[in-house]
Amino acid sequence: MTVFVPACLEEAFDAFDKCPDAQLLAGGTDFMVEVNFALRRPPAVVCLRKVEELKGWRLEHAEVVLGAGITYAELMGPQLSDLLPGLAQASRTVGSPQIRNAGTLGGNLGTASPAGDSLPVLAALDARIVVASKKGRRSLGLDELIIGPKRTTLGPGEVIVEVRVPAALGSQEFLKVGTRNAMVIAVANVALVVDWAGQSVRCALGSVGPVVIRARDAEEFISSRIDWARRTLTDEGDVAEFTALVRSAARPIDDHRSTADYRRHAVGVCAQRALGRVLADHNGGTWEQTSWAS
Amino acid sequence: MGADIVGELIDYQLRVNGHEHDVAEAWLGENLLYVLRERLGLPGSKNACEQGECGSCSVLMDGKLVCSCMVLAASAVGADIVTVEGLSAGENELSDVQAAFLAEGGVQCGFCTPGFVVSVHDLLEHNPDPTELEVREAVSGNLCRCTGYGRILAAVRAAQETRQE
Ligand SMILES: Cc1cc2nc3c(=O)[nH]c(=O)nc-3n(C[C@H](O)[C@H](O)[C@H](O)COP(=O)(O)OP(=O)(O)OC[C@H]3O[C@@H](n4cnc5c(N)ncnc54)[C@H](O)[C@@H]3O)c2cc1C
Ligand code: FES
Ligand code: FES
Repeated sequence: MTVFVPACLEEAFDAFDKCPDAQLLAGGTDFMVEVNFALRRPPAVVCLRKVEELKGWRLEHAEVVLGAGITYAELMGPQLSDLLPGLAQASRTVGSPQIRNAGTLGGNLGTASPAGDSLPVLAALDARIVVASKKGRRSLGLDELIIGPKRTTLGPGEVIVEVRVPAALGSQEFLKVGTRNAMVIAVANVALVVDWAGQSVRCALGSVGPVVIRARDAEEFISSRIDWARRTLTDEGDVAEFTALVRSAARPIDDHRSTADYRRHAVGVCAQRALGRVLADHNGGTWEQTSWAS
Repeated sequence: MGADIVGELIDYQLRVNGHEHDVAEAWLGENLLYVLRERLGLPGSKNACEQGECGSCSVLMDGKLVCSCMVLAASAVGADIVTVEGLSAGENELSDVQAAFLAEGGVQCGFCTPGFVVSVHDLLEHNPDPTELEVREAVSGNLCRCTGYGRILAAVRAAQETRQE
């Protein structure tokens, strides 16, 4: 029974050799709540705080490679908020300054909560997640890593190492509904990415299903209706259809935080606003001036 | 690497307010707030939720504002920890932020005060001239059930102005 503080991945894997039932700890903002409330009794802990390979980020060609140990506060920094604006917006809504200084992207993935705020953005960016153990590395899509509420396909001793996402892809928006502006778990959260070069819209919905949902029908429909040369919608009636398709993609439930009906309504409103903001930005207006985006 | 194993319990050292402290025979799951208060005789940081929501346990760890209840104490080995006790020049002295809280009536029951003081020190360190919105965002992780926040915001403004003089 011990606490390991490895300095590199190799040392972390060695720790698992010594204590195969050790548990991974990153920023502790999910882990320690469970420990403090006696819901988790770790026989041993591998702390990732000092693992060099998990720190920081780098640009590789047109990809941003984020270390799993990157914090929300770091994701909100000036460079990353230019390269990954949707992820920066999502990060800014997480918890409080204290939580954003400690909480990590790898921890959000590891917890795999249906309400995790980074997750819709990663889904809409088609992120690849690299996981590693002594046996080697694998690269997974979000839907291959997270397969249910708080359920991942991580094997014993496997560590999320990095997340790969396209740099500065098109226009990005993240919207979240909750009872306060700070310290709130999402009742609904939505990420929208409009890839101008690839002429596609991607829309991911959180807190309205066991895992993040891509609203594929809504994406295809609106992608076929955008006038890509002028970056506008020719028929504003298409927005209502887009919103309806987003709502029908949601699979929400009633729980202590909200009702299924309200969640379905809220993801529609969020997706519609996100689309309005993105299109208005490209037409010299503010989103409020786009009549249907209110 | 890691902390020494003593039977089922562990021994390690923490650097708090510039001093090395021995923690002996501790359960590995103890959070930093518990260790500060119950083992190291530093009760300034308060415990009101143990789930990261109230901010009354705020400390600086390697210069970053965090909730000490969310830190596994044994994982903080080697980190520089500053608690509210370490912000003023001496035991019987107040920091400028503490003095401003008193002068502006930002303290009622006082339970939230140490956490707010650490958060406000952190804010003014990084952003000496914050806007009202920046102040509100900076203390959004600290809850107060007494003051209604008006006097606390006034105290931050006063501390900010004093530093600029
Ligand atoms: C007050 C409060 C407010 C919060 N607000 C929000 C919010 O608004 N939005 C939101 O999404 N979340 C929120 N959270 C939850 C939490 O902060 C996030 O999920 C955060 O990203 C967790 O990261 P961490 O580094 O703290 O993870 P930890 O708590 O250290 O770990 C979480 C889980 O992931 C595993 N893990 C960690 N790193 C890895 C890795 N590299 N590889 C494999 N597994 C790993 C751990 O074993 C553990 O099971 C909040 C939490 C608190 C306490
Ligand atoms: S006691 Fe740590 S945040 Fe409330
Ligand atoms: S003064 Fe009592 S909680 Fe803030």
